Amino acid sequence: MKKHTISVLVENHPGVLARVAGLFSARGFNIDSLAVGETHDPEVSRMTISVTGDEKVLEQIMKQLDKLIDVITVVDISKGNPIERELVLIKVSANPQNRNDIMQIVNTFRAKVVDVSPDSLTVEVTGTESKIDAMLELLRPFELREVVRTGLIALARRTELAPPPKHADELNAKKLKGKQISSAKKHGGSAMLCVGKKSKGKSKKSK
Amino acid sequence: MAKMTGAQIMVKCLEMLGVEYVFGLPGGVILPTFDVLYDSKKLKFILVRHEQGATHMADGYARATGRPGVCLVTSGPGATNTVTGLATAYMDSSPVICITGQVPTHAIGMDAFQEADIVGITRPITKHNFLLKDVKDIARVMREAFYIATTGRPGPVLVDFPVDVSRAITEFEFPERIYMRAYRPSREIDMEQIKKAAEAINKSKRPCLYVGGGTIASDASKELREFVEKTGIPVTTTILGLGAFPEDHPLSLRMLGMHGSAYANYTVQRSDLLISVGARFDDRVTGNISKFAPDAKVVHIDIDPSSISKTVRVDYPILGDIKPVLRELIPLVKNRRQAIKPWMKQIQEWKKKHPLRYNQDDSEIRQEYVIDQIGKLTDHKAVVVTGVGQHQMWTAQWYQFSEPRTMITSGGLGTMGFGLPAAIGAQIGRPEKTVVCIDGDGSFHMTLAELTTAKYYKIPVKIVVLDNGYFGMVRQWQELFYNRRYSASVLSLLNPDFSEVAKAFGIYSVQVRKKEDVVAGLKKILSHKGPALLHVLVKGEQNVFPMVPAGNALDQIMDMA
Repeated sequence: MKKHTISVLVENHPGVLARVAGLFSARGFNIDSLAVGETHDPEVSRMTISVTGDEKVLEQIMKQLDKLIDVITVVDISKGNPIERELVLIKVSANPQNRNDIMQIVNTFRAKVVDVSPDSLTVEVTGTESKIDAMLELLRPFELREVVRTGLIALARRTELAPPPKHADELNAKKLKGKQISSAKKHGGSAMLCVGKKSKGKSKKSK
Repeated sequence: MAKMTGAQIMVKCLEMLGVEYVFGLPGGVILPTFDVLYDSKKLKFILVRHEQGATHMADGYARATGRPGVCLVTSGPGATNTVTGLATAYMDSSPVICITGQVPTHAIGMDAFQEADIVGITRPITKHNFLLKDVKDIARVMREAFYIATTGRPGPVLVDFPVDVSRAITEFEFPERIYMRAYRPSREIDMEQIKKAAEAINKSKRPCLYVGGGTIASDASKELREFVEKTGIPVTTTILGLGAFPEDHPLSLRMLGMHGSAYANYTVQRSDLLISVGARFDDRVTGNISKFAPDAKVVHIDIDPSSISKTVRVDYPILGDIKPVLRELIPLVKNRRQAIKPWMKQIQEWKKKHPLRYNQDDSEIRQEYVIDQIGKLTDHKAVVVTGVGQHQMWTAQWYQFSEPRTMITSGGLGTMGFGLPAAIGAQIGRPEKTVVCIDGDGSFHMTLAELTTAKYYKIPVKIVVLDNGYFGMVRQWQELFYNRRYSASVLSLLNPDFSEVAKAFGIYSVQVRKKEDVVAGLKKILSHKGPALLHVLVKGEQNVFPMVPAGNALDQIMDMA
């Protein structure tokens, strides 16, 4: 059993998160953490999913994810020593006697105090999962009141995960019998790949 | 450009996509669409009596023709009634398009009258689904829906159609091309993989082909036959693969699996190379997976990457559509007849020692006997549609299929009640064919309301109800594994007289109680012009053998005493 970080590019459509989450529960896969957000392309979101499982389970997870119509690309980025970060807010009990002790821990971990109240401190920390786990361990004796974690986000170091261009398709005209549908050939050979990036447009460019 | 309402666009799209028949049932929020449908000259609407019937009809139509089947229903209960049919189509990779009405977009999420989150409900049982929120999206979404349903590994697609979107107006333009980034059904065939597989095939001493429904979906029966005739490698099929290869061929081993022929199961278990063609190693096929074909290397040809190495470790995966893959593979494989002679001799011995058999002298009407006769009377060329249960297994064993797309059955989900509506859909798709629905009393009872549909549209399906007065397969398991405690499986006292039921629906029917009347009864309904039903009172307590009890290895077979 190994921990894997899967980076998934998906169409930024409503319901995509439900599809991905539903797939995990329906097929009995466990998610350790999940973080979702838009990428630089507003049509595309990235999900960073952290899972634990053997190779066979991982292979199925990746294949099943890839099968979802809205999923563009699935990559297990854990192999290439990826850049991984998590952000955590920790509210910890504090009083005048122990406030300095807590501050020392905060400084050691290069964390930040973002709120102070008479009986608590709220700390913001980013880092890898192991760093965060270590910090939580040290703060635990001071009584943790509330903890919220964003879940892991990650990027591969050298390679970039780019969505492929949209491909055009002339609905399989033969199978559908519909004579109104013009054949692929009319628009430049059997090639189905279309370079024109604009979606839904009338780009006639094909390669 | 003409301005049109969403409903007009929807109907126009169906027409332009080549749809001939729409199966369904109207209701409140889908009325704008039905109003447009009323004037359509190209679409023929088939009114059903329950939406589940519409989905099975669309499914039966799709399986019999290879073209997508379309159903149109209302929101809420209309939509939820399609769930079983969609799950059935999904498990067996059948291209069904289901359009459901939906409450207006502003009411979605408000628990409106007849509102159900059908997109949420059907997410895990469709290949994909859509909620139409903008009238401008209809044409594109319908193009995508048909494209997704019919390409790659086919499957059902649901389109949820809110009533305000169907009333909204926009300019209609049918998209000549659609652009999809995330869906790429066609992949280039990896010739390296093909070469490796061919090498393995040319070296193997105990090869066996294991053929599934993907071969039929890919229309690759001809290529399969060519492959077999060139190599001389024997063929077994799954229940959905029946008809992909003629069962009277000397190299046919018939069906494998839980109720497959013993010789098919022995062959698979002892093989050194299993060549899987469009099949997915279902648990009903493999038996105990850890003991499955222990000496075999596995070649797996499949269009769905997630099927490969899902349950069984694959040594030679080939990703792609069966037909072109076989086309590439055929020139590379050699005639193996000489090399596998001892293997074929062994298989012949198994065939001789463990044939499929039943007691032909039984004075009572055995189900195998009836099915055997149906096979003979229809020259093994009818389109056969079944329910689920004992009669289904006996049909698989005894009809002897000879052509693809002639065995239509719910293999994956095992949906009782599939038979009659799917047969109606199949008959509509293949009007030139004799379509026989072989059903059990339990299965038939579930969807018999569609007799009205058969009657109204004069659809000449021939229905044979094999009435044993039990949920036969349940009773068999109870007899074998639950100490003959027939909990909730005895129907005989409760069953109606199905021939009288048919009469009440206005359908010609014959009842048979004696073995010597079976053939005459079958001839009567087969020669009748319209829909007809034969009610056969068959032997009650009868078991399907051979049987590989769940959890057993495929060669640990129970056979009749």
